[in-house]
Amino acid sequence: MISNEIKQKLIQIVGPENYDDSKAGRLAYSYDATPQFQSLPDAVIAPRNTKEVSEIVKICNEYRIPIVPRGSGTNLCAGTCPIEGGIVLIFKHMNKILEIDEENLTVTVQPGVITLDLIQAVEEKGLFYPPDPSSMKISTIGGNINENSGGLRGLKYGVTRDYVMGLEVVLANGDIIRTGGKLAKDVAGYDLTRLFVGSEGTLGIITEATLKLIPMPETKKTMLALYEDLEAAARSVSAIIANKIIPATLEFLDQPTLEVVEAYAQIGLPTDVKAVLLIEQDGPKEVVERDMKKMEQICREQQAISVQVARSEEEANALRTARRSALSALARLKPTTILEDATVPRSEIAKMVKAINEIAQKYNVKICTFGHAGDGNLHPTCPTDARDRDELERVEKAFEEIFAKAIELGGTITGEHGVGVMKAPYLEWKLGAEGIAAMKAIKQALDPNNIMNPGKVFAKSTRKRVVVTR
Amino acid sequence: MTTVKEREKIQQQFQERMNEDELLNCMRCGFCLPTCPTYIESGFQESHSPRGRIALMKAVVDGLIEPDEDVERSLNMCLGCRACEPVCPSGVRYGHLLEEARDIIAQNKKHPLFVRIIRKMVFNGLFPHQNRMRMLTALLGFYQRSGLQSLVRRLGILNILPKHLATMEKVLPNVPTWKEMNDRPQHLAPEGTKKRRVAFFTGCLMDTMFMETNDATMKLLQLAGCEIVIPPGQTCCGALHGHSGEKNDAKELAKRNIEAFEQLNVDYIITNAGGCGAFLIEYDHLLKDDPHWAERAKAFTAKIKDISAILVEMEFHKKGLSLPEQIVTYQDSCHLRNVMKTAHEPRLLLQSIEGVEFREMKDADRCCGSAGIYNIVQPDMSMQILDYKMEQVKKTKATTIVTANPGCLLQMKLGIEREGLSEHVRAVHIVDFLLEAVKASQQQTNNQIQKKTG
Ligand SMILES: Cc1cc2nc3c(=O)[nH]c(=O)nc-3n(C[C@H](O)[C@H](O)[C@H](O)COP(=O)(O)OP(=O)(O)OC[C@H]3O[C@@H](n4cnc5c(N)ncnc54)[C@H](O)[C@@H]3O)c2cc1C
Ligand code: SF4
Ligand code: SF4
Repeated sequence: MISNEIKQKLIQIVGPENYDDSKAGRLAYSYDATPQFQSLPDAVIAPRNTKEVSEIVKICNEYRIPIVPRGSGTNLCAGTCPIEGGIVLIFKHMNKILEIDEENLTVTVQPGVITLDLIQAVEEKGLFYPPDPSSMKISTIGGNINENSGGLRGLKYGVTRDYVMGLEVVLANGDIIRTGGKLAKDVAGYDLTRLFVGSEGTLGIITEATLKLIPMPETKKTMLALYEDLEAAARSVSAIIANKIIPATLEFLDQPTLEVVEAYAQIGLPTDVKAVLLIEQDGPKEVVERDMKKMEQICREQQAISVQVARSEEEANALRTARRSALSALARLKPTTILEDATVPRSEIAKMVKAINEIAQKYNVKICTFGHAGDGNLHPTCPTDARDRDELERVEKAFEEIFAKAIELGGTITGEHGVGVMKAPYLEWKLGAEGIAAMKAIKQALDPNNIMNPGKVFAKSTRKRVVVTR
Repeated sequence: MTTVKEREKIQQQFQERMNEDELLNCMRCGFCLPTCPTYIESGFQESHSPRGRIALMKAVVDGLIEPDEDVERSLNMCLGCRACEPVCPSGVRYGHLLEEARDIIAQNKKHPLFVRIIRKMVFNGLFPHQNRMRMLTALLGFYQRSGLQSLVRRLGILNILPKHLATMEKVLPNVPTWKEMNDRPQHLAPEGTKKRRVAFFTGCLMDTMFMETNDATMKLLQLAGCEIVIPPGQTCCGALHGHSGEKNDAKELAKRNIEAFEQLNVDYIITNAGGCGAFLIEYDHLLKDDPHWAERAKAFTAKIKDISAILVEMEFHKKGLSLPEQIVTYQDSCHLRNVMKTAHEPRLLLQSIEGVEFREMKDADRCCGSAGIYNIVQPDMSMQILDYKMEQVKKTKATTIVTANPGCLLQMKLGIEREGLSEHVRAVHIVDFLLEAVKASQQQTNNQIQKKTG
């Protein structure tokens, strides 16, 4: 609870219009895109600048009030669910693109900028910001940085981390620090920039970011390879990489996913095949032509029944947009949609696809799979009903086994969706007790009072749970 | 204000009546947020977004919060434009959730006495009775023609009204006379060979205040080769009732309309107002729980088609029409686009006219803020949305704004008036514009023939 005295102090900082503790206002920030998690904050505050953020944090630190920084709440790990109450900090006022530096190829933004707005703004100047999570239409840069988000272009261009050059951060004690900058090289001290990338709001609040841009690739081509056999599709992925081709995009969608995506997008996707790969290459024209030809050949060698090249940019864009809607489209199947984020080395992707299917059969649950196959990052997704406790238990077991398999294959429990509350109980599997201890030491040093997004990343209990929260 | 008792009842009915599967179907991905006008104009407040509103409805069902003033405010602030539906990959039918929620609140809340009287008058006493609609329109006609209007304006009597209402008075169309309104056709033969037999849904406002547009619609249908039946038994579509939480009244009107049209043996039932058409096309949902009517409603809705869609089907865009040179932009009717899924056809028709330079404005698919009676009950938000819209219009430098729904048409006229653009910009309904093109083209051919023969 926030006492009236503290409330008045906070209002003095941001003004009454930016402090909301109405029931409806709080409810609207009680959830994110993670199913089954909901918890009311005590208040929602919208600071207008870094100074205000710092002042708010100081008060919270003094009175031990949890702070949950929140972008657009699209994360899939309950990362912005205020499970311990406190305040939700939103960046609706801090949403400006501050500078596009065409000489140094950087862009400097406030955390509330929407990813797609940034991408479009730099493209107008012939520049390219590659990280494009499927949620980019609404996700914020602050959220992207804190989840280290990837996207369709991750295979060739990397993830958000690879584009963050400098940050302005408000620490838990209210100090404002700047890390990195526009420099291509910089070894002055620890690389704090990297530390904050993917920190899920648990170490500090990002109030400004300088991001790297690259020149726009000259051309781009898109194609769809169709398969009658899931594993053949997965094998193609490994074969393409093994042939030393790095396509810009290499995405996998299985049949149930294709069906729901087509129901939404209505662009004539094939729904009668077992799987498709969405493949793209960009760059100089000759290179693109050559790689596309080669990849087409590889796909056919791996028993693709057909390979179709998009005839226009509109068609290609429709395919990408359709792929991006996969997760939300799967949500139309059943009331609850539980998705996972298992990631394995690229060479193991066929084994993982096979294992997922076997596990689904073993526990008699429906699992649809899509994902950034080229990154070894799959999203096995289970449409279920949270009210059906029996099925949910089986889903739970199935996902546990999928996790175990991913780690066995040299993979990780989450490739891009983060730990949050969802994966916290599993973190130790991946890191070991020593790894957790090292991370906790960092957390303790930067946030001794544990006010920054508490309850995330580090599990309170060691009880294993994937989906059952009660 | 709601009393504690009312709130309890509302909450209980939420639990009984709200479609829980539909609520759960929202996976909270937020893909709908960037298309929601109230989310944008409220400065990105989640409680004024579709995802937020669905969460609020669900929280009331779950007993997490009470249906208090803030919840109600959030639901009232919604335009009902349904822009959030086509962009939702999960296929959440937000409009149905909203309608049910509003109905529950309206039915269980005691409105202040004067509001109750006005609601009763409008919903039960006026709209379902075409003769009374005509009477009211005739009174308006008397006001406009008798010199009363100019007197009222000169005396500044309207200054007592809020500014946007006073402006509204200015933009009302010149309405037909009592005699004209009572002398309506019931059957019209096609011009040339008959290619389709259609019924025309006239609409209550359209057949009174906007009668000229209805006449133009029928004329175009005839030119396109349609035989037209206009059943006199039809009544108001019920959209206004449905959107304002008077669902039972809406159902009664729906049944009357189904009865009026089902025996006509027509290919289509044509509408020319996006708002009406979208409501008619969802009669199947409205009556889905009524065993006696569900099937009949389905048959009825399968025939609903907007005028633009049938004109394109009849290849009206290949007629080679022309108009004097002008820049034209098109404002989507939300319900025509988002519910009837008709967005391409009106554009195709406009682009086919020689002399028309069609310029798409930015966010043409975003609501103009008219939204039924929204611009009267939520004037601040409505005018904020309209101002954004007019900015986009101005950027196109269009001199003609075309729309496809009477509410949007009035709102566009209001926008033009507010911006002081009435000297060079006009707003017209698409059928009036098309008829204008037909006439201009005929005139041109006549001139050519005269030149040749003379
Ligand atoms: C349909 C769908 C598709 C998705 N596709 C992808 C995908 O392809 N790739 C991918 O990687 N992810 C994907 N995601 C997950 C999610 O969209 C990303 O993690 C995204 O980056 C979150 O952005 P956001 O603005 O919504 O952040 P939020 O969800 O609001 O926050 C995410 C985290 O960042 C923290 N945070 C936010 N802003 C700040 C700040 N200024 N300072 C400190 N901490 C902050 C929060 O506390 C939280 O821990 C998808 C999600 C959905 C619903
Ligand atoms: S797009 Fe659909 S599923 Fe996603 S938040 Fe909006 S209503 Fe919910
Ligand atoms: S109907 Fe319109 S105003 Fe209402 S939530 Fe949907 S997009 Fe927003």
